[in-house]
Amino acid sequence: MPSKSFFGYAKPAFHYELLSTTLPQPVPVPPAGSVTLLLPQEMGMKPSETIKVGAKVKTGQRLAWNDASGPSVVASITGTITKIAAYVGDYGQQYTAITVVGEGEEQWDDQFAKAAASTPSAKVLNDYLSAAPGGAPLEKLLNENKPIDTVIIYGGDTDLLVETNLFALKSQTRLVNQGIKTIKAATGIEKVVLAVPAESFQNFDGHFEADVKSVPATYPGAQLLMIHHLMTGQMLAQGQTPEDVGVLYMRAEAVAAIGSAVSEGRIPVDKVLTVVDKQGNRTLVSARIGTPVGDVLKRLKITTTGGDRIISGGPMTGSAIYSEDQPVTPITDAVMVQDGSDIIPVGEDPCINCGECIRICPTKVPVNLLIRFLEAGQYQDGADLYDLYSCVECGLCSFVCVSRIPILQYIKLAKYELARAIPAEDENE
Amino acid sequence: MNSQKKFIVSHAPFLHNGSGVAERNYHTIIALIPAVLMGLSVFGVPALGVLCLSVSSAIIWELLFNLAAKRSITVGDGHAVTLGLVLGMLLPATAPFWVVITGTFLAIVIGKQIFGGIGANPFCPPALAYAILYISWKTYLDFDAQLINFDFDFTAIYLPVAIKAFGTEALANINLGDLIIGRQIGGVGATSGLALIIGGAYLILRGFKRWEVPVAFIVGLVVTATFFHMADPDKYAGPFIHLFTGFSLIGAFFLATDDSASPVNPAAMIIYGATGGVMTILIRNIGQYPDGVIFAILLINLINPLVDKIRPKAIGKVA
Repeated sequence: MPSKSFFGYAKPAFHYELLSTTLPQPVPVPPAGSVTLLLPQEMGMKPSETIKVGAKVKTGQRLAWNDASGPSVVASITGTITKIAAYVGDYGQQYTAITVVGEGEEQWDDQFAKAAASTPSAKVLNDYLSAAPGGAPLEKLLNENKPIDTVIIYGGDTDLLVETNLFALKSQTRLVNQGIKTIKAATGIEKVVLAVPAESFQNFDGHFEADVKSVPATYPGAQLLMIHHLMTGQMLAQGQTPEDVGVLYMRAEAVAAIGSAVSEGRIPVDKVLTVVDKQGNRTLVSARIGTPVGDVLKRLKITTTGGDRIISGGPMTGSAIYSEDQPVTPITDAVMVQDGSDIIPVGEDPCINCGECIRICPTKVPVNLLIRFLEAGQYQDGADLYDLYSCVECGLCSFVCVSRIPILQYIKLAKYELARAIPAEDENE
Repeated sequence: MNSQKKFIVSHAPFLHNGSGVAERNYHTIIALIPAVLMGLSVFGVPALGVLCLSVSSAIIWELLFNLAAKRSITVGDGHAVTLGLVLGMLLPATAPFWVVITGTFLAIVIGKQIFGGIGANPFCPPALAYAILYISWKTYLDFDAQLINFDFDFTAIYLPVAIKAFGTEALANINLGDLIIGRQIGGVGATSGLALIIGGAYLILRGFKRWEVPVAFIVGLVVTATFFHMADPDKYAGPFIHLFTGFSLIGAFFLATDDSASPVNPAAMIIYGATGGVMTILIRNIGQYPDGVIFAILLINLINPLVDKIRPKAIGKVA
């Protein structure tokens, strides 16, 4: 656990994990008795026959709400659907949770192999692979209103202590390259950039059918918005998404999954994740998507008690989960367990204007002034006057805050509320 | 998805460097201790009385205001103690009890709480309280008059007043070494420049205060005093006399650096500090008051919101 150094004058510097020694072998977690798959779509009317309670599913089978092209998940075990329920994720995101109980011999579904027999189109990739490990946002390739001309693949991890994505790049270099070829062939996009941590640049330069560029290996150099700034020289304005400027971000893990799916004819269903235990020891684990987090912890003999904190994702940008039954998703890069006694709770004090946040902010946002507006709910003023949209959501301001204000939470809430307000305005016009 | 175990759920980030408001204030108190000890060794028990009364009455004012305003009790964060201690260090060792208690009322209630408590005060509370006391009851804060019954083994004149009246003739029996160690009269904890520098350096090295404000303050003060001294060596004292007399160093390290009344951006901190140093000398040499530090600090507190607009451009910002 990083803490303030005795000579607090020096600014702390955090480095991403670089896997510079021999590659670890992920510990396999045996397929669980049941998996929960989160379909990123609200429960609607008339589900298709394939996802009704009682329906049999095979491993690798695509499950979508209906036959129309839309979000899908991939069954990660062979068994029967026993439960379909609504599930609300962070910031009100709607999901449909599909629970599959395993039974019988594992059987692989062959729909994808048939669909991808020849060169797969972007639509086929989106239909089958958007729920593969890494969670590639492939539907954005199909949006004709916002054509994508650049795909930027990041080969490192975006959070501290996590080594999942870099592991995917280093251990599956051939598959990543295959994935890049597949994306190029499917979409006709010529410009593919592979961004790698600066220290690994020499290892990768020239080995891919993509421009290899280096990204600083100190946190938060690899935050998505920092990479966006590095690559395009701009920040996203209010209401703007990377697609608006023709850029699509993918992670090396997702590209490797595409490569693996195409070359083997099977959609990968194993997710590699970094598990950080209470002592801070890291283990790479390979588990079926949808495995309850509790099963992963049990495999590593990590015990939890009430008052602990389980984090899905890394320590700076992850999200705390409230139950061990919550599943491993395609984008769960890490599971971190914190002992109750290690948790420093949010404080009650107001901002004392000490300026620590100003000095650590990588993008020079006037956090001390911004937070006053955000605490008062004046989000638009925060955006107009105090650079809300220059924030890359790295969380360093909250990390050093003397008053222990949940600054990152305020910032993300402000961005969420402002994003919600824009569609309402569009409707009124 | 029900679970018997109740986990802690909160927003990212899940790490914190462990710093806190109370820690910050207690370290400020630690940094003040050398200067307090030097003051006690010179002024003895009466000084201890002033400090004890000012700290305890500051705590009581804070508590009373918390209760009256129905806010959570913030006595434990050490801010009231720090403010009370700093104010006590500015007062003469014989300050009457009611001056001390009124002073802490002004610092805690008028200077800090009515603006919204910690973090919201536009002025450094001890400086504001001292200024009001000084204007209201000048004789009780006149060091020469108040310390007349003490028997010191050094030249017991309050130098800012003496220099203003007699020019550099007043410095005939003064040696700079005495001033640095603290063998001079003045506020209870404001006399020993060496102890204040040690305390300030501690805070800067430990990361509780930034170097920009004190250094700019001292540089501004020294440079301006040098110019005055060069212009008229008989009338205006040299820079180091100014630096080690009056409230110069306690002002530079502990008053000007008040968190909420000082800027946070590097360029702004330099301008803020340097303006304080320059104004101190202007008030001392040209103005009416013998020691300009307090008023200079209130003045820079006033320009703080304005200078703090000088900030680096956030990345990705066009305008």
